[in-house]
Amino acid sequence: MTNVKKKSQLVEVVKRISYNKGAVFGGILFLAVVLLAIFAPLIAPYDYMKVNIPNRCLAPCREFLLGTDYMGRDMFSRVLYGARYSLLIGVGSVLFSAVFGVIIGAAAGYFGGWLDGLVMRLCDVIQSIPGMILNIALACVLGPGVFNTILALGFQGIAGTARLMRSSILNVRKMEYLDAARTSNCSSFRIIVRHVFPNTFAPILVQSTMGVGARIMAAAGMSYIGIGVQPPTPEWGAMLADSRDFIMKYPHMCLIPGVCIMIVVLALNLFGDGLRDALDPKLKK
Amino acid sequence: MSQLVEIQNLKKYFKTARGMVHAVDDVTFGIEKGKTMGIVGESGCGKSTLGRILVHLEESTSGQIIFNNEDVTELNRRDMKQFREHAQIIFQDPYSSLDPRYTVEASIKEPLLNSGKYSQDEALEKTRELMDLVGIAPRLRLSYPHELDGGRRQRVGIARSLALNPEFVVCDEPVSALDVSIQAQILNLLKKLQQEQNLTYLFITHDLSVVKHISDHICVMYLGQLVETCPSHELFAKQYHPYTKALLSAIPSTDIHHKMDRIILKGEINSPINPKPGCRFATRCNYVCERCYEPQTLEEISPNHFVSCSRVRELETM
Amino acid sequence: MNEEKAFLEVNNLSVEYVTKEETVYAVNDVSFRLEKGKVLGLVGETGAGKTTIARTILRVLQEPPAKLRSGSVIMEGKNLLELSEDEMCLVRGKQITMIFQDPMTSLNPVMSIGKQIAEVIGLHSKIPSNEVRSRAEEMLEIVGIPAERYDEYPHQFSGGMKQRVVIAIALACQPELLLADEPTTALDVTIQAQVLELMQKLNKENNTTTILITHDLGVVAEMCDEVAIVYAGEIVESGTLEDIFEKPSHPYTIGLFGAMPKLNEDVEWLSPIEGLPPDPTSLLEGCSFYPRCPRAGETCKENKINLVKVSPSHMCRCCLPVGEEEQ
Repeated sequence: MTNVKKKSQLVEVVKRISYNKGAVFGGILFLAVVLLAIFAPLIAPYDYMKVNIPNRCLAPCREFLLGTDYMGRDMFSRVLYGARYSLLIGVGSVLFSAVFGVIIGAAAGYFGGWLDGLVMRLCDVIQSIPGMILNIALACVLGPGVFNTILALGFQGIAGTARLMRSSILNVRKMEYLDAARTSNCSSFRIIVRHVFPNTFAPILVQSTMGVGARIMAAAGMSYIGIGVQPPTPEWGAMLADSRDFIMKYPHMCLIPGVCIMIVVLALNLFGDGLRDALDPKLKK
Repeated sequence: MSQLVEIQNLKKYFKTARGMVHAVDDVTFGIEKGKTMGIVGESGCGKSTLGRILVHLEESTSGQIIFNNEDVTELNRRDMKQFREHAQIIFQDPYSSLDPRYTVEASIKEPLLNSGKYSQDEALEKTRELMDLVGIAPRLRLSYPHELDGGRRQRVGIARSLALNPEFVVCDEPVSALDVSIQAQILNLLKKLQQEQNLTYLFITHDLSVVKHISDHICVMYLGQLVETCPSHELFAKQYHPYTKALLSAIPSTDIHHKMDRIILKGEINSPINPKPGCRFATRCNYVCERCYEPQTLEEISPNHFVSCSRVRELETM
Repeated sequence: MNEEKAFLEVNNLSVEYVTKEETVYAVNDVSFRLEKGKVLGLVGETGAGKTTIARTILRVLQEPPAKLRSGSVIMEGKNLLELSEDEMCLVRGKQITMIFQDPMTSLNPVMSIGKQIAEVIGLHSKIPSNEVRSRAEEMLEIVGIPAERYDEYPHQFSGGMKQRVVIAIALACQPELLLADEPTTALDVTIQAQVLELMQKLNKENNTTTILITHDLGVVAEMCDEVAIVYAGEIVESGTLEDIFEKPSHPYTIGLFGAMPKLNEDVEWLSPIEGLPPDPTSLLEGCSFYPRCPRAGETCKENKINLVKVSPSHMCRCCLPVGEEEQ
């Protein structure tokens, strides 16, 4: 029974996204990046870690498709493997925010009262600290590295997701079908899982999709100031940060990771826009 | 004639930032088995809140609810589950009372599966019976609410409320959101079901012609207070309370030759927040006097006809 | 009806809503005339097309998706549908105004009610700016709101009072034509009585021609001189109040009367109109009421039905209208 439901919904949403050329383009683009990241070992011509001083700072040429960086490492290979790290950070931190944000926001919205007040004030506190400052503070506590970057960015995003979930829940709470579920002897838990969540996840999904791009940029920012991912890890933001001394003489070292970040952010934003329109029931007939 | 449902001195007060809302204030009445009690009133009169209290979607502040000679004012979880098999509700808005992600079949099946008394197959079979009973074509069983019109959605709501074979159904403005031609279909359906299954209804509405058509007995409410109650036909033949008179005279009549003498009320419907003691209608009543600000009691002015007005006998002689 | 005296003439109006997925045939070849000072009731159920007709007259349709297929709206010799947007702006608010259905959303929540009335006066009348406020306060008193409340905001008023403000805005410049779209549907019965009384009084005083859209036949009986019944975007019956209420001829009209529970009658079962409201995305070849009509015959299905004259003032779009003996 549930399979019939979900399939019909999914089919409907996919159909509507397919009408939006921008969204389709964005989706395909993102998918391409993901595939490149997955098959990096097969595609990368060189070892991304191999230092090769004689060949440093080479512009794109036939031997090195995207040139080399200041340590002689092949940019193309580094960018391919870098996709793995950047996507991992982007998607990982979004998932972290989503899971905790949804639980906290749902509890606040559904039960209201003092729990709602407490959660909202905590979110206020987190959101009132400027992002970068919070990142620095967390990095000091947690230390550098990919995993800690995911934690730091994820923690920051919980507040925004919680708020969104809470307002979704407040909307759905007014619906009489929740009352109907109560009179049908549904337990609170069942009501939340079967009736509330399915009707409130849409904004979270859209926000998360578009959030991945923002997180990658934030990670880049963290690397730029020296916290977050450390060299020689080929995360795009770290690569951008490393090459800042060479921006005038060898611009390709900054441009290439920068363009990669831009491509992923653009792809996800286009797709996220289309997803939001497709999930909006009011845009039907 | 036994009374299936009885409420005594029922009160519901909400605390809000602006003060205490007296949504339902000291309401007492009883409904006989197999009959329909109509509750009429305008915005803020508390009729919806009253209906919701009777099915335990809200908890009363004080007072008693007696169902089948048992006190059901407070119920623990186990008793609540049992109670829900006897008392159900049909909601007003066909657009928000069905989960948009549940098919017709899923919505009707849900109470059956929750009760634990039906297997999947038995539930499916019973769902088909219910759809048949309320007049939904079998081919629509996997349709979603947004694919159906208001009338059909309301039928789904009715089927769902009858799934557990309740004896008592609260109908909370079930036809207010429907077009006239569909309204008539649903009203006929509700009447038919009542006759076939010996259902007892509490029918909440603001539409006096609908309440006259479907009710055996009527209660008129104003700002949480019960102002008049009597058998249905009597209310339209003779009203005693000034509010009831004004309410009836306000209905636009389709008789183009006899223009009624309208009683136009002055002022607006007051707020039920921290109301002054006494009759809530006093501020708008043309016959207000000192006694109106003291607590009112329901008086039996003629057999089975109760009014809550301190000047009712005087006004009759006027 | 005297041919020359028609104040408003709507001829062969057809409006569609066109989207990628489907086309909604909202208004199909609607024609009617209205004399000055009369009140026409446009009666029909949800989706019949009445609001679209009113919005077309006022030219406030959202185009796209709305598309005007054909027709003309002639008011005092001018075809409103051919005016430029600038010219139409001068007409709206001054010569033609509209009252919308939902008083909760038709007022600007961040502007005081007095200012909203004053805005209309300032835009459309030649009153000097220092007198605009006093004229607005006058309007408030006329609709029964104390002038001291000029600076208050919509949220400080109840539904009924908000609707009075809407009426004040609509009548501030003494329009010649008033379009009222279900003005009392969202209001309580006793408040509705107050608002209808107000509207009647103002109508009589200013001799405003009015088109009143409603689904409530009781309101029609109270307020209207003439009635047009709308079904599936067409006018299926039209006539004076007496024509429609005493001798309804179209099976749909009769069905509407039969489906309503009435205060002065006691029936055990109502007579609903069987079937479902028509699908506005697919027009039928013949009569649009055919699937639900208890009197339908073969000719009803195949041919487009034209308006038949039942009496000089009474038209009916039916090839088997219910005759006097049967009523």
